[in-house]
Amino acid sequence: MPLLCVSELTMRFGGLTAVDALSFDARAGDITAVIGPNGAGKTTVFNCITGFYRATSGKIALSHDGGDFELSGMPGHIITRRAKVARTFQNIRLFSGMTVLENLLVAQHNFAMPNVARGLLSVFGLGGYRGLEAQALERAKLWLDAVQLTARADEPAGSLPYGAQRRLEIARAMCTRPVLLCLDEPAAGLNPRESDELSALLIRIRAEGTAILLIEHDMGVVMRISDHVVVLDHGRKISDGTAEYIRNDPHVIAAYLGEGDEGLDDDAAEVAA
Amino acid sequence: MTARVRSPLVTALRDAGISGLVALGLFAAMVGLQTNVTNTGKMELVPNFGVVGLLVAVTMVFRFALVLWRQTRGIPVISLKPSRFAGSGRLVAPLLLLAALTLPIYGGRYWIDVGILVMTYVMLGWGLNIVVGLAGLLDLGYVAFYAVGAYSYALLAQNFDLGFWTCLPLAGLLAAFWGVLLGFPVLRLRGDYLAIVTLAFGEIIRVVILNWTELTGGPNGISGIPRPTFFGLTFNVGGGPGSFADFFGLEPSITHRVAFLYYVIFGLALLTNWVSMRLRRLPLGRAWEALREDEIACRALGINVTVTKLTAFAIGAAFGGFAGAFFATRQAFISPESFTFIESAIVLAIVVLGGLGSQLGVALAAVVMIGGGELVREFNEYRMLIFGVALVVVMVTRPRGLVSGRTPSVSLGQSKLISADMTSQGHG
Amino acid sequence: MAYALQQLINGVTLGMIYGLIAVGYTMVYGIIGMINFAHGDVFMIGSFLSLIAITGLSALGVTSVPLTLALTLVFAAAFAAIYGWAIERIAYRPLRGSFRLAPLISAIGMSIALQNFAQVAQGARDKNMPSMIPGGMSIFEQDGFVVQLSWMQIVIFVVTLSLLAIFTWLVTKTSLGRAMRACEQDLKMAALLGIDTNRTISLTFVIGAALAAVAGMMFLLYYGSINFYIGFNAGVKAFTAAVLGGVGSLPGAVIGGLAIGLIEAFWSGYGSVQYKDVAAFSVLIIVLIFMPSGLLGRADVEKV
Repeated sequence: MPLLCVSELTMRFGGLTAVDALSFDARAGDITAVIGPNGAGKTTVFNCITGFYRATSGKIALSHDGGDFELSGMPGHIITRRAKVARTFQNIRLFSGMTVLENLLVAQHNFAMPNVARGLLSVFGLGGYRGLEAQALERAKLWLDAVQLTARADEPAGSLPYGAQRRLEIARAMCTRPVLLCLDEPAAGLNPRESDELSALLIRIRAEGTAILLIEHDMGVVMRISDHVVVLDHGRKISDGTAEYIRNDPHVIAAYLGEGDEGLDDDAAEVAA
Repeated sequence: MTARVRSPLVTALRDAGISGLVALGLFAAMVGLQTNVTNTGKMELVPNFGVVGLLVAVTMVFRFALVLWRQTRGIPVISLKPSRFAGSGRLVAPLLLLAALTLPIYGGRYWIDVGILVMTYVMLGWGLNIVVGLAGLLDLGYVAFYAVGAYSYALLAQNFDLGFWTCLPLAGLLAAFWGVLLGFPVLRLRGDYLAIVTLAFGEIIRVVILNWTELTGGPNGISGIPRPTFFGLTFNVGGGPGSFADFFGLEPSITHRVAFLYYVIFGLALLTNWVSMRLRRLPLGRAWEALREDEIACRALGINVTVTKLTAFAIGAAFGGFAGAFFATRQAFISPESFTFIESAIVLAIVVLGGLGSQLGVALAAVVMIGGGELVREFNEYRMLIFGVALVVVMVTRPRGLVSGRTPSVSLGQSKLISADMTSQGHG
Repeated sequence: MAYALQQLINGVTLGMIYGLIAVGYTMVYGIIGMINFAHGDVFMIGSFLSLIAITGLSALGVTSVPLTLALTLVFAAAFAAIYGWAIERIAYRPLRGSFRLAPLISAIGMSIALQNFAQVAQGARDKNMPSMIPGGMSIFEQDGFVVQLSWMQIVIFVVTLSLLAIFTWLVTKTSLGRAMRACEQDLKMAALLGIDTNRTISLTFVIGAALAAVAGMMFLLYYGSINFYIGFNAGVKAFTAAVLGGVGSLPGAVIGGLAIGLIEAFWSGYGSVQYKDVAAFSVLIIVLIFMPSGLLGRADVEKV
């Protein structure tokens, strides 16, 4: 039984079909990459999985120790809270006026404040909030360390350099204690050294038991760390398999070369390489 | 703009000339020709051109000086830098607190009355600050909860003979209840839509109070609202058994009651401050601030955005309700006139002027605006005109308010002030 | 039936006045994304300017009603336009691109200042004026109830519709209109393409103020009574109309205005006059909850 099972997922915006009857699986303990040219519908798939869009049709089933969930139609915050899916955004969405540490604590909101009544009781020091707060702080420190931001914990997130902001966003998502982590172009804008660090971080996350669903244009990263790659073009799946298999699939090469776009040709060259 | 460099003097003169023409256009008709009803009931125009000339002259001189000053100093008018007050909070706040605490000792009856007024607005400002400053929800109808609190106390006292201290929590609860009731359907709206809907709610509540004569007395309001007691002791002017003066063996004086009311509102304001400061350091308050920064990210972190907004709305409303109950007991009389949109605007202005989210800033802004308003009370006619102009001037010169910058709610090492440029003002 | 028809006529008249004001709100909101809170007060200033003009013309011995109306319209629109320009220049331009709440507070301050300025300059009492165009025609009679269409209402229809026609031409056919629409789409991009955005925004305020002033004149002629406080209520209603129609949409503003006018007229006719504001605001709330972008507004797709 795969962790995530997307079947016949379709998303239409007016007359435009962004995702067309897409089916794929992601297994627990895997890094599954979703690649494809710009406009292939990758981010739309993410938005459907994480509850930001309501899919036109199709099913998104998630099953793990915590239970079985049908994600389509589920409110976004429930998907994170109960189904344990976390995500990052293509254009980083940090709480830029709050410190790095605060960002990580906000992510643990549901652990530190299981319900509103206890949240209000904590004003008067009741509801056992001290213990929960201490746990949240411990976990935040753990992730600060994992993304090498301990020294900058008290700085506003908006003042961090770009690469650090990307790492912080991943750390913040991990603080929600997810089973599945969805990363939308985490390597975008990173220099080669930072990309390597990112790969290492993702491998570490996988080793700790969180499956990753990854949208990425940086083929170096994708080919190096993915256990499984799904290739989309114009909302359809055109290939699905191991990195090795994808690299040699003529459909994939055609899709990338067929775009006739300089930047994408580079991608294709990398795929073929 | 032009390649040719003009001397500052010429530019200033030119600018002053244009401003003079504009001022002439603005004032020539509106000020220069006053419509007046004659004894026979006909309309006539009373010329008033002397004043127009004066206004135009003042405008020109002011503009001339401003342009010259700006050019020679080369300083932009708008300052986005964190203000000088920002870091001095540790010094200013205790001084302000001390001054407030001892006011009834050194101030006379008049000043205590002004103090009560200012303190009421400080409390309202702090209450609204939870909604606008922390959660980033623009509420233009805060006065509605003030009204709910005031009328709750007045009606409970009148119909069920309940005392102030029993009604105070009830008034807060009722206001919070209304906050949830009104908030629930509208909190998914964003930005200015939320603003206009809250404004509409404020107006609806006022119109209902105005017209539901059987319950609220309509435009005549409710009078004879009982005063609060000090642990059961009354503040009768005549003294007598069971009164505060009698119990403590003092000469009966109206100042006792005024001072007592002052300390009641002072305590309520401090409670508001304590609760909101404490909440900021707790998961709930942190979620409010996160909501202000980025709602979409909050959703992706599993935060229930609607519930979080509702709590901010309800808690803010509860403090508005407390303040309303206090207002009713202090005035002993309430009518819909006290709950117009202008009150919401004043409280919001205090919050924004103070610097969103800054407790000290809100207190300072309330002192400046309400206390300052009292100072110009002699120019009664011009008071609100001056108030309006002052709002524009302060916003144009200090868009981030008096005290800007945010203190982190938690830190591992040394906590540093976060510049206002980093923080968002919310989109809700 | 006859009664309903009368309410319809009254509602449309009122709705035209709201629509004229709403156009100003919606244009400004469309371009710089702020609620011009002082717009209702420009309407109020416009009604005072009209009263001054009418009184002055009558004192000068102008007896022809059409001439008086035409001159008053030009006078009120021209002087109110200066107010529109000055308000933007003083209170909003320095704050452009600033934090979200500063312009709003500045606008509220401007609104308070204008209201009290009018009170100080022109007095706090209601100003009453006899009807300039009395009479009208009966269209229809049923069970002893006569449906009246007053000449005044016809004047309001004609003036409003022709102004809206001119305005529509201005926005759709002229280069100024193109510049305005470009600024509405993307202010920064418009500036990069060489559009003088400052000038365009100024002109938007000028046009909006002139339309509001004409609405003020119509209000004065229709009700025959004004005071310094009429701007707030009319402003809030007109903004409601703009939101109802979909902020940013010009036809939406007019339709929203008509909708608010009709709701008020029918509510006053069949429900209670006291609660007509409650009716208008309730409709606003209901529409926003179920149709957050208004009747004709563009749907706001949340970009993630």
